[in-house]
Amino acid sequence: MITTVDVLPIGTKAVITEVDLEKIPLKLLEMGCLPGNDLEILHIAPLGDPIYLNVNNGSFLAIRKESAHEIKVEIL
Amino acid sequence: MSQNINVALIGNPNTGKTSVFNQLTGLNQQVGNYPGITVEKKLGFCKLPNNFKANILDLPGTYSLNASSIDENVVIELLLNKNDKLFPDVAVVVTDVENLKRNLLLFTQIKDLEIPTILVINMTDRMKAKGISLDIPYLEEQLKTKIVLVSTRKGVGIEELKNTIVDYKNLSTEPCLNASSIDRAYFDKLQQAFPNQLLYKLWLVITQDVYFLNLERKEIPSEFTKSHSELKRLQQKETIKRYQFINDTLKIGQKIDTANATDLRAKLDKILTHKIFGYAIFFGILLLIFQSIFDWSSVPMEFIDSTFANLANYTKNHLPAGEFTNLLSEGIIPGIGGIVIFIPQIAFLFLFISVLEESGYMSRVVFLMDKIMRRYGLSGKSVVPLISGTACAIPAIMSARNIENWKERLITMLVTPFITCSARLPVYAILIALIIPEKRILGVFSLQGVTLMILYLLGFGMAIFSAFLLNKYLKLKTKSYFVVEMPTYKLPLFKNVAINVVEKTKSFVFGAGKIILALSVILWFLGSHGPAKGFDNAESLVIKKVKAENRLDDLEYLNDQISSHKLENSYIGIIGKSIEPVIRPLGYDWKIGIAVVSSFAAREVFVGTLATIYSVGSHGDEERTIKNRMAAEVHADGRKVFNFATGVSLLLFYAFAMQCISTLAIVKKETNSWKWPLVQLIFMSGFAYLTALLAYQLLK
Repeated sequence: MITTVDVLPIGTKAVITEVDLEKIPLKLLEMGCLPGNDLEILHIAPLGDPIYLNVNNGSFLAIRKESAHEIKVEIL
Repeated sequence: MSQNINVALIGNPNTGKTSVFNQLTGLNQQVGNYPGITVEKKLGFCKLPNNFKANILDLPGTYSLNASSIDENVVIELLLNKNDKLFPDVAVVVTDVENLKRNLLLFTQIKDLEIPTILVINMTDRMKAKGISLDIPYLEEQLKTKIVLVSTRKGVGIEELKNTIVDYKNLSTEPCLNASSIDRAYFDKLQQAFPNQLLYKLWLVITQDVYFLNLERKEIPSEFTKSHSELKRLQQKETIKRYQFINDTLKIGQKIDTANATDLRAKLDKILTHKIFGYAIFFGILLLIFQSIFDWSSVPMEFIDSTFANLANYTKNHLPAGEFTNLLSEGIIPGIGGIVIFIPQIAFLFLFISVLEESGYMSRVVFLMDKIMRRYGLSGKSVVPLISGTACAIPAIMSARNIENWKERLITMLVTPFITCSARLPVYAILIALIIPEKRILGVFSLQGVTLMILYLLGFGMAIFSAFLLNKYLKLKTKSYFVVEMPTYKLPLFKNVAINVVEKTKSFVFGAGKIILALSVILWFLGSHGPAKGFDNAESLVIKKVKAENRLDDLEYLNDQISSHKLENSYIGIIGKSIEPVIRPLGYDWKIGIAVVSSFAAREVFVGTLATIYSVGSHGDEERTIKNRMAAEVHADGRKVFNFATGVSLLLFYAFAMQCISTLAIVKKETNSWKWPLVQLIFMSGFAYLTALLAYQLLK
């Protein structure tokens, strides 16, 4: 199923299928948010935002919902 | 003969790069700034085998060679400029064994620059716990480098690293992958146009967003420039290409047996980012920080205070009387004392911040607070500057640099000076002691303590409130984005924390210290000199007057009368009298006016200035004497000068006014314009004037 990262519940594992290059900064790509890489939702902050991810098996990041919305994934 | 070589340490944040630096150089390092910008430049020195000596440059942490901040820009500027006198003979890329995949991205970029490169894999003491094993010969072959396994925690691998550095001439300078295949035709053409230039270097010059090597970019003909989205598409392709290479290499060269892995991260995250415990722990830590700043620091501060008072006294009594002795005992020594007294608070604060950052906890706080802070136009990352602001706004404003979103960063820098910094403390302390009775509420809370607390909350509240206003009315188009790395939890290394605390404290003392010292000397001069009329013959005038009062026997009274007469006729007295009309509505007389004006260089000068003005000698227990003097001051009509209304008015003025030249200077540097420091100065001081006016008029 194709969806975006901002709607995934904690514990979901998925593969990135597409990243909106206009809205996602290069730095995020370099930290591993690239099509083809795996990601896992580890935590969501108490107020629902930001989202804490494990990207590409070992790159641990937190991003805001609005960025997460620009990352399309396929749930595994 | 010894040979000098340049070594650059490069790496992602949180890889222990600075630990490697500290291990190599020990305390043999100097911290300065890159010219014109406030990025910290850490240079260290190290003796190597075979009579080699190395200048070791610890470059700011960066995730890649595509700069998105001035800190990162420093790295590229150095690596592309062969003429720089610190241009590395050898680059040492430091990586974390648990995060090799991402750390190697930067490594492959450095390799493309064809600089001899060593790969340090750090934190190897954790390999066993994480079930990681590495095939070093295979990795060395694929990555075309020498690999050194290091554990800075256990002190392993440093000697081997030194030997490898000495052997730098045998390192390969060949790139480990061919990134130009992402757009063959384009890169071939580019290379043909610049046959003598490194292809990757050209590509970097074309793609950088940040203030960058203007001269080189101009040389690149327009046929090679691409649209922003086209560039970005290529950069994505390049990044994917690099990751593919890294993933393929690690698939064979690295084995991770997750069965052996124990996961501290998951367990701690569960508690530390919990919706109740997470916040409770954070506020507990905040309380601990404040406790250390106010309570634990007071012992060494009192000691410093009395030591300097005694020293000034000793100097005055034991050196031959004269201008120089006066300058020393009334200007320079109290001036230095006024700086040194802040060391305990600043050191405690940096100690906490450095432990919180080293342990990985700070990122969790950022994660927890982001949504809340965003409501006020701030970022989760604003938490660090706002906490640091309780010690000093200068390092606090510099720490706002890692906020990606310009608007959030700007608002953070603009509101940070509202936070009650340690320079306001002595002012608050003496004013509160003067106007608030030593009573207890409900038998427990000291009324004076509660007042101090209210002032802190007031500062914090104003910061949040003005952030809210700025967010609403500041029209800035910025790309909103936020990313924070959540590093592995680590026990902070004592050596790193200690060096960090010493360096940060040192740079505060010397940075802010220069201004405070210069100012106290100027103040001393203005206060002890005056235009000839009325100043030079002060003594005979006063003696005449005191004779008339029949009190010539009272020597102390006579001396006090002489010095206060001198002061009134000194340059500073004249300045004070001329501004009196402006400050009278706030309830201040000309003496307070001088203290307020001199505070515009640095707030803490207030108490010292009043001490000078009331010609209180240093009698050891200095504060009490100043306080008693202040309490005894009366207006011509017999009303107390420091009455409740004036006191509250002064407290509010100091809580809100922008009275720190160093802060203005740092905001100018960080925002690259005079506009924002001026906005701060006018808005904060205007607001302070109005509230102080209102308070005095209502209370008097």
